[in-house]
Amino acid sequence: MTSQGMPVVVEAVERPATEPKTIKGSPRWGDLILRVVAGLVLLYLFVPIFVIILFSFNNPQGKFNYTWQGFTLNNWAHPFKYPALADALKLSLNVAAVSTAIAVVLGSLVAIALVRQRFRGQSAVDTFLVIPLTAPEVVFGAALLTLFLDLGWAAGYVTILIAHIAFEISFIAMTVRARMRGFDWTLEDASMDLGANPSRTFFKVTLPLIIPGIVAAAMLSFALSLDDFIITYFVSGSTVTYPLYVNAAVKAAVPPQINVLATAILVISLILLAVGTLYRRKRIDV
Amino acid sequence: MAGVASSSRQRSKIAPYLMILPALAYLGVFFVVPFFTLLKTSLSTSGGSIYLPTLSFAWKFGNYSHAFSTYQDQIIRTFTYALVATLLCLVLAFPLAYVIAFKAGRYKNLILGLVILPFFVTFLIRTIAWKTILADDGWVVTALGTVGLLPSEGRLLSTSWAVVGGLTYNWIIFMVLPLYVSLEKIDPRLIEASKDLYSSNRRSFTKVILPLSMPGVLAGSLLVFIPASGDFINADYLGSTKTTMIGNVVQKQFLVVKDYPAAAALSMVLMAIILVGVMLYTRALGTEDLV
Repeated sequence: MTSQGMPVVVEAVERPATEPKTIKGSPRWGDLILRVVAGLVLLYLFVPIFVIILFSFNNPQGKFNYTWQGFTLNNWAHPFKYPALADALKLSLNVAAVSTAIAVVLGSLVAIALVRQRFRGQSAVDTFLVIPLTAPEVVFGAALLTLFLDLGWAAGYVTILIAHIAFEISFIAMTVRARMRGFDWTLEDASMDLGANPSRTFFKVTLPLIIPGIVAAAMLSFALSLDDFIITYFVSGSTVTYPLYVNAAVKAAVPPQINVLATAILVISLILLAVGTLYRRKRIDV
Repeated sequence: MAGVASSSRQRSKIAPYLMILPALAYLGVFFVVPFFTLLKTSLSTSGGSIYLPTLSFAWKFGNYSHAFSTYQDQIIRTFTYALVATLLCLVLAFPLAYVIAFKAGRYKNLILGLVILPFFVTFLIRTIAWKTILADDGWVVTALGTVGLLPSEGRLLSTSWAVVGGLTYNWIIFMVLPLYVSLEKIDPRLIEASKDLYSSNRRSFTKVILPLSMPGVLAGSLLVFIPASGDFINADYLGSTKTTMIGNVVQKQFLVVKDYPAAAALSMVLMAIILVGVMLYTRALGTEDLV
């Protein structure tokens, strides 16, 4: 996924569920055609996913896992057979965790300031936050590279972190801000009226209100970082993250373990998604 | 917002600035400054060896005319591909978004989840999967050949169609979701009203639903067009040397050939064309409601 589109993903998913509405009156066959077309488009979205899962069980004879040769469970038994792949994945998880931790603090502070405070230049800050989401990744990656060249910094772990934090801040600020709108902020006044001081109010009232939004933004930011290829490619030097390993594999040899790990990541995301949904439902019920 | 503004939490004049300062300073240094160094690089001359190129700033506008003349093909190709992919996304995404918004009933959230699910697999691996699907000895090519839609020696991989197909696939989610959001906001009573006033189905679609979905069309088009025109993975994995896009050249010039000024100039050209295109497009559709 690219960072540009992430806010809209969040908006679509977070939209309060309105009562199901159905538009009636269209002719039966027209309705049927529409549903079939929509179903086919949905199927199209899944075709590569089926292929990826299927080929995680492939037993390729050559270097490339592109044609079906036979069923095996070997790949799943040895997902970390290639140490370089495991190392790349570890590095990506590390980069995603560290960059998200930093970007969450910076981005959330901006979001809180934008929603909870009134200050001069607020709309300028608003606009400024959108700009990083509109620059094509290849241009941003190239621009960062020229900065590092100019400064004479060697590309590697630190420059990758710097790049990831840069594209995560805007995303997190916008996601958290969207989540914070529509909260009942009079609760803060109530807490102050009852004698709590500002810092107590912040930790006992404000923070618990916004934490779910921050956690959601952090998870998506983590996913963005883990998946980023284009920007990372420009600023990585000889350091190899998980997507960079995959890209190098396309040129040299594609082991089926790539499919195994991709499938595993998909399943883990699915579980996290389900747990998150159930957790939220439970909170709303209470 | 007026009610919020009068709440007790903004007595401090400097607090908000202290809160936004770290992020803005960070983005200033690592987002704004890089565009100036890119601009500077694009006007420099390069010397030294390929391993250690040295840059000196020289107001060399020749880099730009060089970028335009040398990579004319790639520039035209890039925006053609991105445009076709955006249109394909629109055509494919509209029925799906429409059905999710109006016909899915209680399965709405499930289908939305399904739409997002494929995108939890790394973008590169999804594109590799298309390589398998479109392969010369794959079942798609065989099937199309049998039906006669593809000549016997015809290929899908390494063609423009494969690249455009990959671009379409990789960013269609960013068309489906904004379309869904704007369709979902439509009050169904408006459509019923148009029917009560004897509008045909087609007329209520073109006069009510389509105009009201414009913010989604606009947002979706930009969210597909911008990343698609900057992409080089699809052209690299699914295309051939005849389908290279600006991104491929920028990537190669920066990281392989290390001709930094030429690559920087081409990046600036890409950025400028996108900015102008986005501005014209937003003006034409008459809305600035992007986010």
